[in-house]
Amino acid sequence: MKRRDFLWIVGVSAIWGIFFPRVLASQEKNRDKRWVMLVDVSVCAKNRDCEACIKACHETHNVPNVGGSKEQIKWIWFSKFEKVFETEIPPIAQKKLGSWPVILMCNHCENPPCVKVCPTSATWKRKDGIVMMDYHRCIGCRYCMAACPYGARSFNWRDNKRYVGNVNYDFPLRNKGVVEKCNFCEERIAKGLQPKCVETCESRALKFGNLYDADSSVSKVLKERTSLVRKGYLGTNPNVFYLL
Amino acid sequence: MIEKALTGGKNYWLWLAFLSSLTFLGLLSYLKQLEVGLGITGMSRNVSWGLYIANFTFFVGVAASAVMLVIPYYLHGKNEYSRIMIFAEFLAVVSVFVALLFVLVDLGRPDRLFNVILFPSPKSLLFWDMLVLTGYLILNLILGWKACEAEKREIEQPYWTKILVYISIPWAISIHTVTAFIYCGLSARPFWFSALLAPRFLATAFVSGPAILLIFCLALKRFAGFDPGQNALENLRKTVTYALSVHIFFFLVEFFTVFYSDHPEHVKPFRYMLFGYEGHYHLVAFSWISLFVAVFSFFILMSGNFLYKRKLAFFILTMLIFGIWLDKGLILMVAGFNPTPEVELEKYMPTFPETIITIGIWSLGTLTLSLLTNIALQIKKSI
Repeated sequence: MKRRDFLWIVGVSAIWGIFFPRVLASQEKNRDKRWVMLVDVSVCAKNRDCEACIKACHETHNVPNVGGSKEQIKWIWFSKFEKVFETEIPPIAQKKLGSWPVILMCNHCENPPCVKVCPTSATWKRKDGIVMMDYHRCIGCRYCMAACPYGARSFNWRDNKRYVGNVNYDFPLRNKGVVEKCNFCEERIAKGLQPKCVETCESRALKFGNLYDADSSVSKVLKERTSLVRKGYLGTNPNVFYLL
Repeated sequence: MIEKALTGGKNYWLWLAFLSSLTFLGLLSYLKQLEVGLGITGMSRNVSWGLYIANFTFFVGVAASAVMLVIPYYLHGKNEYSRIMIFAEFLAVVSVFVALLFVLVDLGRPDRLFNVILFPSPKSLLFWDMLVLTGYLILNLILGWKACEAEKREIEQPYWTKILVYISIPWAISIHTVTAFIYCGLSARPFWFSALLAPRFLATAFVSGPAILLIFCLALKRFAGFDPGQNALENLRKTVTYALSVHIFFFLVEFFTVFYSDHPEHVKPFRYMLFGYEGHYHLVAFSWISLFVAVFSFFILMSGNFLYKRKLAFFILTMLIFGIWLDKGLILMVAGFNPTPEVELEKYMPTFPETIITIGIWSLGTLTLSLLTNIALQIKKSI
């Protein structure tokens, strides 16, 4: 064998060896979990001033209370029905529903635009459907914020640690210059707990479970009741469903 | 060769001192931004890109537009540009450099910049933008340097520079296309979500780049006693005029599609931009200025006498560049992010430190361009 040929074979095999396992890994689609959240809008409509889930979530995850709308950090918040589902429901139906509060959070899309655009893979899609965020890899370019159609991502415009009331030392604080968002309480799910917002809600407006488990309560509810997702026409395929 | 950058009269040194002090002020503001965070800018959770990314887009365009001189000069062997080709290459180098600086100052964690290389993510257009921009910078640095050297020693350029020139032509188109893809690939932002964005970027780039070069040449003629040749100026004027007509055509096409279809999500940001929306008129004046300047200067530029009226030329070209900067910069950002996902309208107003940082980067770019220009001028004088 000529030396030249030998080097070619070594080179090509090395490239193959490095990339082929990754190709295989990316094709792994045999998922048995898909975490979804159901928000019963009609229940929230009966308790319009209730902010229990928002308060509990933000305390658990050290979300700073920055004040003012410009630099606000939001993991879970609410808006009006007519703002969220502006085009999904005809104006006549908005007369009844329009003023209802709608709880909003990261949709943990099946086809997340934020994951696609991240230049460092600091945000990625887990096999169980959760869209995760690595605060230590994020370079703060905010491309994900431009890509998210739901305004679910917040940026730390300054050092916001001083705006965290009582620090929960079981969860990381964030530095200035990185993006953050709802993580579907992955740290609680890992312990077999329900997300904090779901656990907190006394009127049981929120439900959380595995859509790929046909016997789970979320699967059953979604089969029976009418639900909406935010901006379904964009093809992001959200995992937060709104029950009417 | 570098020592030639430091030979010049009193006015040259004053000019350098002026630019350096502006750069220094920008640097001070940037240090403040590093300390406090991007909160010192006018950006917000809803309008999360602003002046920095606006300038980034604009300068990538200026860099790409060098191709408008490279094609006739190298591909068609037209000699009109022989005296100013080197300046076009320098302008391209400086513009890429400036564009990259604007990305750097926009990062929340600039210390982690190299994560883009450590964790390459080919699905992200920013990854590709980094590749094509650094590639283009290196290409033009080599080409500019070799051209200078060849001129200094009065020899032919080495043959391999020709190959680099041929590579640089599609490469120039690619840098601005990839920059447009950053925006137009996002279905979340209907204002950007148009296949016409990349062509529009290129059209405005071929207006703004040659227009800057035209001002630059007129200034050299006036202040440095360097004659770029009337044919070069005349050809630059034609390039700007043709590109401007394409730009006007493109925005009319975009307006027709959006307003005739009346598709709610698409029409809202355009309405906000041109006529105001639900009582918010932040962009209306800027938009009409930008459109008016484009159409008005098109008619003025059509006249061949244009270049002989120096003051008018300076004025019209400056207005035109400003109009384009608004169009593909500030307006692109603010209308891109409005209305917000919860159908509200968020105003964006650059703050004082943000503006100083921006002026600082412009000054650093102008400073670099002045030094490079002086090298080239000294070489041209000495032969």
